[in-house]
Amino acid sequence: MSDLIDLTAAQAAERIGAGEIDSAELFEAYRARAAADELNAFTWVAGGAPESNGRAAQPLKGVPIAVKDLFCTQGVPSQSGSKILEGYRPPYTATVIQKLADAGAPLLGKTNQDEFAMGSSNENSGFGPVLNPWDRRRVPGGSSGGSAAAVAAGLAPWAIGTDTGGSIRQPAALCGIVGLKPTYGACSRYGMIAFASSLDQAGPLTRDVTDAASLFRHMVGQDPHDSTSLEYPGPVELPSAEDLKGIRLGVPEDLTGAEGGIEPGVMDSFKQTLALAERLGASIEPCRLPHAPHALSAYYLIAPAEASANLARFDAVRYGLRVAGDEDLTTMYSRTREEGFGAEVKRRIMLGTYALSSGYYDAYYGTAQKVRTRISDDFRAAFERFDFIVTPTSPCTAFELGSKIDDPLAMYLNDFLAVPMSLAGIPAISIPSGLSDGLPVGFQLAGPAFSESRLIDAAYALERAIEFDGSRPITGAGGDAP
Amino acid sequence: MLDKAQVLHVARLARLELSDADVERMASELSHVLDHIEKIRELDLEGVPPTSHVVDVVNVLRADEPTPSLPREVILAAAPEPLNDGFGVPSPGAQ
Repeated sequence: MSDLIDLTAAQAAERIGAGEIDSAELFEAYRARAAADELNAFTWVAGGAPESNGRAAQPLKGVPIAVKDLFCTQGVPSQSGSKILEGYRPPYTATVIQKLADAGAPLLGKTNQDEFAMGSSNENSGFGPVLNPWDRRRVPGGSSGGSAAAVAAGLAPWAIGTDTGGSIRQPAALCGIVGLKPTYGACSRYGMIAFASSLDQAGPLTRDVTDAASLFRHMVGQDPHDSTSLEYPGPVELPSAEDLKGIRLGVPEDLTGAEGGIEPGVMDSFKQTLALAERLGASIEPCRLPHAPHALSAYYLIAPAEASANLARFDAVRYGLRVAGDEDLTTMYSRTREEGFGAEVKRRIMLGTYALSSGYYDAYYGTAQKVRTRISDDFRAAFERFDFIVTPTSPCTAFELGSKIDDPLAMYLNDFLAVPMSLAGIPAISIPSGLSDGLPVGFQLAGPAFSESRLIDAAYALERAIEFDGSRPITGAGGDAP
Repeated sequence: MLDKAQVLHVARLARLELSDADVERMASELSHVLDHIEKIRELDLEGVPPTSHVVDVVNVLRADEPTPSLPREVILAAAPEPLNDGFGVPSPGAQ
């Protein structure tokens, strides 16, 4: 059975296609591991393998998938990590989950996350923190921390998360796996419990780059239920590049300089990866993204502002928690929201409501939207000279549980290198580039809108050269805290 | 920067009941975060158009054809207080 777990998802699919293994057997192997999860990565695990008739003919061959809690899944708990939605079972299924099911990837389980995807450590979950499988005293990153931990620990072959300001890439980096944030609009947001609608995007968290491409190609497409989704221009190719000849990589000094607060061990790994890229034929030059250091500030106005509006729907009327406030309607709203939301969600609702309130709108939200324009312009100019912009994914490796939870600003700074791409709506992928003090480091490549196929190809060539060994948390060695 | 009265005002707008301790903590935490964010107001943004959305699409319309909705009982199944085929709530006028 351990042989099954050693396979990447694409390898498992290939073996099923060749009739060497049975998809129901694979499902059961992962289901048993997910059910015995000691990392708190799952909030719900499927009871048994679904009917496997015809799976072998489907492209994903029945390789099961772990799904972040916030994707609505018909009849299955979908709580977005929040007590206000505890036990909520939606009457419909999110488009990307349906598309993946139709392509042959059945649901293995729902994964833990920061409440409403707000957080960078998964400590904001209403259902307890997730532990990092490399070292259980540490966080897995967030907000897609359960998905990242599950894939890294071999509790799921692959997973889906969402990225609003780094929530796929940062946990992928901290757990030593691959995470892709697609171009905004590439995947439908229908059925994703909304955080910040102009930024939220679904994407894969996988063991390797090929798996990310295999999953992503079945997630894209225009959806009548999401007016911001777009027809993906052309098929998503599976990667095959063996080198980076002719590829121009730009290193933004505005992000990788002193202001980024990048740990020395992370910087070492980043520089080693740049040297590898050069050996593979890439050219590497510094570039400017002058407004990118302001992205974090703009993000922490735009995202909370949109969240404050989106989370107004949690009013104890149509679904979710209700705390009796029999006196009047407003008391019922306020008490329910006081009890149902966690500290970080309240903080962001407050910040967003303030930024949108009369007298402050132009100074905060309006200014942030203009900065967003500048950031997009910076990237557009950079992509005239470079194929991809590269940075470390996260300024630090996995930090200890509890070490940043009392300092919101320190927590927000985890996203310093990830939010510029989110505000510009461009795709970015994180791949593991090595270890620093035994903990994984992520390398981020970002490209122009809809450049995923090229981005994935370049990441693949680098991945082969890096030869990262992610087997330790799968074999369980990560369970023994040093 | 944010005083207690402002915090209470914003909390009322957001329909959040906050304890006294929360109000105190929120005032200090939000002020700290806003101090950092304030820096973007120093940028020269004269004449820069705002970006509300990165996707360059306008007026996305679908065909105006009726399609079935979810049955009423399915929707009401998730409601905390289904009442007379609708959602039961306390009176908005009481106090």
